[in-house]
Amino acid sequence: MDTYTFLIQLLNGIQYGLLLFLVASGLTLIFGIMGVINLSHGSFYMVGAYLAWSLSQHLGSFWIALPTGIVLSVALGMLLEWLFIKHLYRRDHLQQVLLTYGLILIFSELRSILWGDDVHSVAVPALLAGSIPLTEMLSYPVYRLWLSLVCVILAGLMYYLIQHTKLGMMIRAGASNREMTQSLGINIDVLYRSVFALGVALAAFAGMIAAPVSSVFPGMGNQVLIVCFVVVVIGGIGSVKGAMAAALLIGLVDTFGKVVEVEIGGLRILPELAGMSIYVFMAIVLLWRPEGLLVRRQH
Amino acid sequence: MSDGTLIEARGIHAYYGASHVLHGIDFVVRRGETIGLMGRNGMGKTTLLKSILGLLPPRAGSVRVRGIDLTRAAPFRVARAGIAYVPEGRGIFPNLSVKENLVMAARPGHDGRTEWTLDRAFDTFPRLRERINHGGQQLSGGEQQMLTIARVLLTNPDLLILDEATEGLAPLVAQEIWRILHQIRETGISSIIVDKNFSAVSAISDRNIILVKGQVVFEGDSDTLRAQPETLRAHLGV
Repeated sequence: MDTYTFLIQLLNGIQYGLLLFLVASGLTLIFGIMGVINLSHGSFYMVGAYLAWSLSQHLGSFWIALPTGIVLSVALGMLLEWLFIKHLYRRDHLQQVLLTYGLILIFSELRSILWGDDVHSVAVPALLAGSIPLTEMLSYPVYRLWLSLVCVILAGLMYYLIQHTKLGMMIRAGASNREMTQSLGINIDVLYRSVFALGVALAAFAGMIAAPVSSVFPGMGNQVLIVCFVVVVIGGIGSVKGAMAAALLIGLVDTFGKVVEVEIGGLRILPELAGMSIYVFMAIVLLWRPEGLLVRRQH
Repeated sequence: MSDGTLIEARGIHAYYGASHVLHGIDFVVRRGETIGLMGRNGMGKTTLLKSILGLLPPRAGSVRVRGIDLTRAAPFRVARAGIAYVPEGRGIFPNLSVKENLVMAARPGHDGRTEWTLDRAFDTFPRLRERINHGGQQLSGGEQQMLTIARVLLTNPDLLILDEATEGLAPLVAQEIWRILHQIRETGISSIIVDKNFSAVSAISDRNIILVKGQVVFEGDSDTLRAQPETLRAHLGV
């Protein structure tokens, strides 16, 4: 692998990792703060991608589709929390898994009715359609760089929100002691609804901006959900910082796992087999630090 | 209400699951009044407080705050009406710093008062100022207690509810807490104090209430209570 191929794979890995972070951060927040295992989180990613496709067609521009999609996904998140999720806070994990699995089926069926079962593609917006030449043969698309930049900015904003605003303090307080937070005059129902809607919007937004670089297809939500659970487990459940570290690691392991051919003792490991690299990586992390990479040990 | 009644609870019946804990309690707190709520363990003191706070909605009876019906209201509404709660076991947020614990809920009182500011809280509890950036879990028991009291003062409340505030503290630290409670009393904030230390409670309270098996068996000022040694012995073991 020459330097430029390496550089391109590195950028691809980081970009994939950052995108995973957007989805996984919502998953880890919802689990860490509300204690809800949300299997339907991947569906929001899928809904986002289909929204980007359908809205860009109807509204004529990706740039109008994006904010419209964000507004719609926040509204969807609020509605779902109010209708279903709020009933799960005091229930056990089995019931949470059952209900949110049911939501996956409902979203999948709704997608089929509304948008069909075909695979679609979303054109890269003209403004970002160019690419930066690296050598005579190799170049890197501007859109992918923009995508990474947007993810980094969003991650920074989220960090600021959680660590440095009063709202973030309330969210962290609510995660540690729900009853006490309420007794201090904080409307925890509204707080939880906002956190859930934020998580939905992040996942949907990730789907929207990913649409131009990957195809839009029915099973995309479940694919990302599984990888995001790996991210959440590796990063430590509830830790947003951990999700960032784990998402980047997974992005790199997955990307390089698919291009690097490894030979161990004369046995050639095919890139196709490397699809399992992230699970091997998760197993190693779980053996080494069962509580996750960035979660402080209790004792 | 113009007669100065802050809290008026009538005929409160509360249950934990199937067990009937409070049997028709009437309970009134007037503005500026300090109440000692006494009784042995398991007699319903904390249950009564939780009924008022909306944390354990009563099965029967009514709770009014300044004449407004808040029976079965969400706990945050009761808090926003100016009722501040310092629970048994303190309830600080260990994952927040001292400063974050203090500012996360800070707000003007229900009538817009902003007497309590971060600076004033630090003047009252100088030890917290020294530990402003420490994590909540790094504090000693006494400091945690000061933090919970300072935290609710920053919500500019009309009533402070303290459940076993000096439980498990070293005598000198407990003394410091009592000194601060006297200071707070002087500012005109009402309080309900639950504490095992009878002499300290009776020294600060305007009125005392003794609960036995979910019913009020005594209500009166500290002098009256001290003049009834048989009541003290039977219900408080003093």
